[in-house]
Amino acid sequence: MTHGTQNSPSYLDAPYGIWSWLLTKDHKRIGIMYLISVTVFFAIGGLFAAGIRTELLTPQGDFLTADLYNKLFTLHGVVMIFFFLIPSIPATLGNFLIPIQIGAKDLAFPRINLLSWYIYVIGAVFTLAAVFMGGVDTGWTFYTPYSSIASNTNVVLAALGVFITGFSSILTGFNFIVTIHRMRAPGMTWFRLPLFIWAHYATSLVMILGTPVVAITILLVFAERAMGFAIFDPRAGGDPVLFQHLFWFYSHPAVYIMILPGMGVVSELVAAVSRKQIFGYSFVAYSSLAIAIIGFLVWGHHMFVSSQSIYAGLVFSIITMIVAVPSAVKTFNWTATMYKGSVTWESPTYWVIGFMGLFLIGGLTGLFLGTMGLDVHLHDTYFVVAHFHYIMVGGAIMAFLGGVHFYWPKMTGRMYPEAMGKISAILVFVGFNLTFFPQFVLGYLGMPRRYHAYPEDFQILNVLSTAGAGVLGLGYALIVFYLVASLFKERNAPANPWGATGLEWQIQSPPITLNFESDPIVTEDAYNYAGRAGHGGHAKKAGEV
Amino acid sequence: MSSFPLFPEAASSIAHEVDLLYFFILAVCSFFAVLVSALVVFFAVKFRRRHPDEVGADIHGSIALELLWTVIPFALAMAMFVWGADLYFRIARPPADSMEVFVVGKQWMWKVQHPDGVREINELHVPINRNIKITLGSEDVLHDYYIPAFRVKMDAVPGKLTTMWFRATKAGTYQIFCAEYCGTNHSGMIGRVIAMEEHDYEAWLAGGRSTGTAVENGERLFTDLACITCHKSDTTGRGPVLAGVFGNPVRLMDGRTVVADENYLRESIVNPQAKVVLGYQPIMPTFQGTVSEENLMQLIAYIKTLKAAPPAAPTGGQ
Repeated sequence: MTHGTQNSPSYLDAPYGIWSWLLTKDHKRIGIMYLISVTVFFAIGGLFAAGIRTELLTPQGDFLTADLYNKLFTLHGVVMIFFFLIPSIPATLGNFLIPIQIGAKDLAFPRINLLSWYIYVIGAVFTLAAVFMGGVDTGWTFYTPYSSIASNTNVVLAALGVFITGFSSILTGFNFIVTIHRMRAPGMTWFRLPLFIWAHYATSLVMILGTPVVAITILLVFAERAMGFAIFDPRAGGDPVLFQHLFWFYSHPAVYIMILPGMGVVSELVAAVSRKQIFGYSFVAYSSLAIAIIGFLVWGHHMFVSSQSIYAGLVFSIITMIVAVPSAVKTFNWTATMYKGSVTWESPTYWVIGFMGLFLIGGLTGLFLGTMGLDVHLHDTYFVVAHFHYIMVGGAIMAFLGGVHFYWPKMTGRMYPEAMGKISAILVFVGFNLTFFPQFVLGYLGMPRRYHAYPEDFQILNVLSTAGAGVLGLGYALIVFYLVASLFKERNAPANPWGATGLEWQIQSPPITLNFESDPIVTEDAYNYAGRAGHGGHAKKAGEV
Repeated sequence: MSSFPLFPEAASSIAHEVDLLYFFILAVCSFFAVLVSALVVFFAVKFRRRHPDEVGADIHGSIALELLWTVIPFALAMAMFVWGADLYFRIARPPADSMEVFVVGKQWMWKVQHPDGVREINELHVPINRNIKITLGSEDVLHDYYIPAFRVKMDAVPGKLTTMWFRATKAGTYQIFCAEYCGTNHSGMIGRVIAMEEHDYEAWLAGGRSTGTAVENGERLFTDLACITCHKSDTTGRGPVLAGVFGNPVRLMDGRTVVADENYLRESIVNPQAKVVLGYQPIMPTFQGTVSEENLMQLIAYIKTLKAAPPAAPTGGQ
């Protein structure tokens, strides 16, 4: 639609210099700033993980002290969840792509978008300050009464960082919702929206409805710890289990903040690498909303052995089983999309297939944990650790990296070496499985999580896991290396290197500051590959069903 | 590196049931994981792009397929739910004929009190083929008593009593872990269950140093702490009569009625103003910090033995 005259400079070239970035209101630049920030935090969180895995090479707690180990797994969780996973896809790819995909020049509130990045950074500074002042050892879950009355580490500072960063998440979600409602180009109806948009819409709902609850919860811990109000302390009539309800009311939906955008990315990638209309568009779209809504009603499945009423547990268990269904529906639809597609074997395909494999295992192992009688044995063991890493690393990070590879030409104007994209996908896939699959076995054997030392029987599986972490780390490092290296080469990316549909592929790479040379008008459904074949002429005949 | 087990020992009456459910879910999930992975790889190879301008077939979806892959996973998930819920209820509710053992978690040890007064730390000796009910308390933060070979665990929550139960079926020594993170030495808060034949257990008990049974200790505390001055055996005391109170409904000053279970008794000792019995003044002082978690359990054990006076006039209850 809009093949401009290429007179305007790209968003990367338009005003130059550090302040033009730090004060930018361009959603694409803010997306890049987020990409850099979350990558830094991913590296920090990864270093913490390296410390954990090294300690667990041997059964004795001989590499780190128990206190240091406890701080490392706490900080690994806090940094990876609040400063990497939650903003990873929405604030980078979401920021960059949402306005372009709906045909808008920017988000509805560009200044608020910039504000959200600064709030994120301020929150990060608080949490980093907690690290440098000696760390925090409560676990990322901050369970009371340990966090509120027992721990003598920097709980307040670390929790304050999480509290502050929460507001950046709220602002991003709010901005996305308004943008998707109000800024769509003429002809871009709800059911023409790319599924990436639907997924982000659902994610944004969770962000604005859930995040305030964790903010309040953190304030309550603060009130108890710093000001002596008795809320969770049982000695003064408080209830420590209340904290778990409040915490998981946000933190379970937060899992969907991490995985829903990944599902959106994968929906885009599956259609593009198969050059085919997504199978069951409306089912995939509605399943995102179903996950977001039902996901708010399952938090008690974290508490089957917490002394919560067994009847309440019953309700949480059945709803947990129900929330598995929309994820299954998505997976089947992605699979069916590849049927009779024209499937490329370029690097994005490797990431998509890797995602499917890992997300399948992650999702299915959730069924073990939602089943009450089985969860009694598995709760707080390495089975849980493996399960949520399959979702949040296997699922969310594979999708994130798949998205980064797929959109890198659009964001930077550069192609990366194709072979590298494939090798790194394979390295990450193999390393990931080697790291986390043994942990399922460890979990059923009964190894509890957050253990600094463990019985000797568990050693071989732990050694495998640590070896896998090495491969995984290598894979991630390789990606950073060749993607950064590509920035020093000339801009060689065409507007549409993958032959994909979508407004983002009809504008130049990298896009101009206002995205479009002239306002786009949308006249077709998303993923209309078959329709394009008609225009192009020399493509495979449609409708060979 | 001693042994390299891949599956835990199953040494309780419930363990095989948990394993059976595990294998059922494992079979269902493996089927779907293999099915979907195989299809994805098969489609990606079979329908690989053969020339650069090729596009896929014009297929948009199928309501029949959507229904099929909504209904089948839903039905399977419900089957798992029902099976798991049934099993959970059996795991969560101790049988009435259980032998009761008190366990208190504190950073970073497990203190055990047997019914006849023998105590131990971190170890738990039990007879096999008898239902053992564990009443769990915590003196500081959250802990969790976890015996993988029995497939049971339960949080120890400060401020309340929780329960779990098992019946060991095989004599042997089994690992106990604290499964709820509790600070510096969390991974050192471990112990062993020693499940023994009945006669071995009796012999072990006889060799133990008993400092009086839990009930005896509770009775002594009841006097030492001067509970007895208000809670008299007749209605002349300033506090309610405790005989026959356990397990029965109690009417409160604020109009509510609660059942006097272990947690109610515990709360009434450490936080007496929370639920005041109808007809009495809120004058009882708190014993928070005065009595340890173990002493609380002894007091409760004693109060539970106080039966209502012989069948004079029926005073509520069942």
